[in-house]
Amino acid sequence: MIHTVLGLELAYWQETTLRVLGGLVMLLLLTGGVVYLYLFKFVSFMQSRLGPMEAGPYGSLQLLAEVGKWLQKEDIFPEDADRKIFALAPAIVLASTFLMFIVIPAGPNAVVSDLGTGIYFVLAMSSLSVIGILMAGWASANKYALIGALRAGGQLIAYELPLVLATIGVVVAAGSLNLQDIVAAQANGEIFGIDWIGNPFVITQFVAFMIFVISVQAELTQTPFDMPIAESELVAGYHVEYTGIRFLIYFIAEFATAVAFAAVASTLFLGGWALPAAWGLGTGVMHVVGPIVISTKAVLLVGVVFWVRFTLPRYREDQLQRFAWKFLIPLALANIVVTAIAKVVF
Amino acid sequence: MTAITDRQKLQYMAAKAADARVNVELETEGMILNMGPQHPATHGTLRIVARLDGEQVISAEPIAGYMHRGYEKLSEVRSFPQVTTLINRIDWLGSFANEVPFILACEQLMEIEAPPRAQWIRTLLFEMSRVANLILFLGDMGVQLGAVTPAFYAFRDREFVLDQIEAVTGGRFHPNFDRIGGLLDDLPKGWLAETKQVMVKVRRFCDEIDDLLMGAETFESRMRGIGVIPPDVAMQYGLSGPNARGSGIDWDNRRDNCFGLVYPELDWKVWTHPDGDSYARFWVRLQEVREATKMIDQLCDGLPGGPIMAKVPRIIKVPTGEAYVATENPLGEMGYYVISKGGLNPFRVKIRSASFNNVSITPWLLRGVYVPDIITILGSLYFILGDIDR
Repeated sequence: MIHTVLGLELAYWQETTLRVLGGLVMLLLLTGGVVYLYLFKFVSFMQSRLGPMEAGPYGSLQLLAEVGKWLQKEDIFPEDADRKIFALAPAIVLASTFLMFIVIPAGPNAVVSDLGTGIYFVLAMSSLSVIGILMAGWASANKYALIGALRAGGQLIAYELPLVLATIGVVVAAGSLNLQDIVAAQANGEIFGIDWIGNPFVITQFVAFMIFVISVQAELTQTPFDMPIAESELVAGYHVEYTGIRFLIYFIAEFATAVAFAAVASTLFLGGWALPAAWGLGTGVMHVVGPIVISTKAVLLVGVVFWVRFTLPRYREDQLQRFAWKFLIPLALANIVVTAIAKVVF
Repeated sequence: MTAITDRQKLQYMAAKAADARVNVELETEGMILNMGPQHPATHGTLRIVARLDGEQVISAEPIAGYMHRGYEKLSEVRSFPQVTTLINRIDWLGSFANEVPFILACEQLMEIEAPPRAQWIRTLLFEMSRVANLILFLGDMGVQLGAVTPAFYAFRDREFVLDQIEAVTGGRFHPNFDRIGGLLDDLPKGWLAETKQVMVKVRRFCDEIDDLLMGAETFESRMRGIGVIPPDVAMQYGLSGPNARGSGIDWDNRRDNCFGLVYPELDWKVWTHPDGDSYARFWVRLQEVREATKMIDQLCDGLPGGPIMAKVPRIIKVPTGEAYVATENPLGEMGYYVISKGGLNPFRVKIRSASFNNVSITPWLLRGVYVPDIITILGSLYFILGDIDR
């Protein structure tokens, strides 16, 4: 299989390497941007303070300074820790995040691998992180870490279900599991004959969108669902014993996962990289505009996540489970039924 | 009756042994969770040793004393005016309120009374330290529940109050301003008008907290029905202040046992809540801050003129005798039992601080709750480590 990029003929491995590098650059840029924009600045303005101001103009290089600081710190293993598992756990959490990005399209051809079962690949990869978290909690030989990890395990499994069930509504409406097809369905769609905004599923699948966003909030363990971290009770939850570069990996994974889920949500519900087909933009334009469009949508969605995170108090573990099993999952199931009926009727 | 063969007997014994083995294997040990002395939720160095069954607490025991500074003993080798410097540091968030009961006890022994203006300014600063203290509680409760933003608002608005206290006394945290027989100094020019503006800001902060925390459904679900203290239990453990009033006990030293301060001349109300849960304690404190701002407004308006110092000898010797004076401090009832043998130093000072009694209820209260609720309950009891350990 030979593809041509800028007049150069590339072998499959060369092309894949380019795609992976492109995806990595986009992921890290977005993650860094999100950390600076929301964790440093947006939150500071919410809390009537300025945030970092010294490193670079308006503190824009603060993140680099922080990374430098973490890299220099001693990499401490607790005495009773299970060393191999302790060292491996952050890598698994980070891998789960990076693997999610493989199938998220950022343009007509800007995707690492265009799998036919794209959306389920994303959800399956996202649940890998539970294993890393449980490993970290157990291997740390710390009671707080253990409680945090078990809470995280219960929570991530409970909220995986509404997450999956919410996407089924979209899949039924689009008629495909492939993310490119879902994007195309939204760009080419119409709502009762009005086609100038296409058919972003956030309008027709609003219930599913809300369920998805709430579940994402829980999957990311952000307040009000942050019991696994719960800094006022468990100090730092499952990564309480991690220092230096391993803590940095957890930090990157947390925010990269936020970006990844936001990108998935914008692909599923906000039309992804595409602009409505009725606007008549050619494929050539979308090669350039597509990544910008999906980045904007993803960053705005992450903003919502952080807005909620820094406003609300957190639930208790049992209240959270009750909310997932007794409210979100029945609602998601009802949404699937309604969507299926509507699909047949219209 | 059928005869039991040896084989049957052996089978039976083997089955019993197997059962016993299973029982031993299934029996799980509880976990002992040690919270503190270094833990973000213990406001300093309180240590809670909790035996857990899963996430449920079987028993919890508070261990205090990591910050014991021996103020009772130290005051025996200080002269009477020097003691205020020490006792400032007991409840460090509302320092001025610590000085007042000790000074009042000394004045009672010496049979002098501060002039009216001094009494009014004392009451004024007393209520300002209450506001400064309780504002931080209101914001901190959010942090205990995971909402960080209210804490920043609390620190922002407390700063205005502390600025006013600093303008009068010269110290933000440790004013050391109260003297036997009156006050060190008079109020600075223009201070009253500024204070009334600050009180407007504090009231706005209270409304903000009302919206931000009490308006949140998560907050209610975490606070309502959690850590319920019935009134009789509260009395048995000697709870005082907002903790007792949150259980519906209508007792306030400012109204019922007022000595040397001008509360009877003000128009105000004691707030109580019948529920006795964390939410009630939070609500009572929020109302008390609002009530205190109103009192400060009245105190600023009605401040009488005159001297701020009664006639006291240059070298203060307190006559032989014993006196106990308690006031309603931000954390609850705080009293000093002062014994003097007629010398320059007190013979013995017993400090009755509110937090020590308020925390003593935790073993009773924490039984059977979940781990996250330990934090909310401790937060809503609101203790300050300096006030427990002294």
